[in-house]
Amino acid sequence: MESDADLIRQMRAGDERAFVSLVERYNDSMLRLAASFVPSRAVAEEVVQDTWLAVLRGAAAFEGRSSLRTWMFRILVNRARTTGSREQRSIPVADAGPAVDASRFGPDGRWASPPEHWIEEAEERMAAGRLAGRIRSAIGDLPDRQRQVVTLRDVEGMSSEEVCEVLAISEANQRVLLHRGRSRLRQVFETDFRGAP
Amino acid sequence: MRLALRLPRRREIVCQQAVELVTDYLEGALSRSARRRFEAHLAGCPHCTEYLAQMRETISLAGRVTPGDLSPRAQDDLIDLYRRWISEQQ
Repeated sequence: MESDADLIRQMRAGDERAFVSLVERYNDSMLRLAASFVPSRAVAEEVVQDTWLAVLRGAAAFEGRSSLRTWMFRILVNRARTTGSREQRSIPVADAGPAVDASRFGPDGRWASPPEHWIEEAEERMAAGRLAGRIRSAIGDLPDRQRQVVTLRDVEGMSSEEVCEVLAISEANQRVLLHRGRSRLRQVFETDFRGAP
Repeated sequence: MRLALRLPRRREIVCQQAVELVTDYLEGALSRSARRRFEAHLAGCPHCTEYLAQMRETISLAGRVTPGDLSPRAQDDLIDLYRRWISEQQ
């Protein structure tokens, strides 16, 4: 696979195939990230198009100090935030709350209703190709800031440093959002898959 | 308001606290003493051990979501964008 740096160079030299390769590599991730900031798919597509244009215009100035992906996602987040953000309307309270509902613990803080087993069931469904859609929708249902962090960390596989740079949030904040998001996902999977036949 | 700050010194942690420490544990963000107490709790608690395994599975499942394909129309729009940009350069 050609490196991002090669593709950027070829793209600037007028090689359309190189641009298409970059689009294939990153457009879907960008769309998902944009969708977590703005109210509709149509607006998300606009933000992504704007981002590509900014990438083309800024490519000469891209110095390769951060990865191309981090650089492009940072541009995208800046654009998404200035384009009628849905984030501002979301309630920060959505990011508070315990990892596991307090009702599942006894007064001594020990499990009263312990985690039910679901890993095998999830793996079986995954192997049968019946799970990807469910995971995608579960991530899609997370509160915005949690979805952004979980998507970048766990779906895109970015490091915590990269996520902090892309979203301009602190390390501690990133960890809280990641914790809430992953905990919520775990609960969804437990509810969906426990005791399934 | 991280729970870690409220952990009583030298006391054993309980399940309800352990589940709040899982991400910090996986991120390597616990202090050495907090990590020791967390691991000591796991060693004696099958439920929290299962919980940790489920959090790892959750991360693994999210990592196996593959991007959907770009619609042909959206791709054409971007190629138009590129061609306009190239012609501006000349």
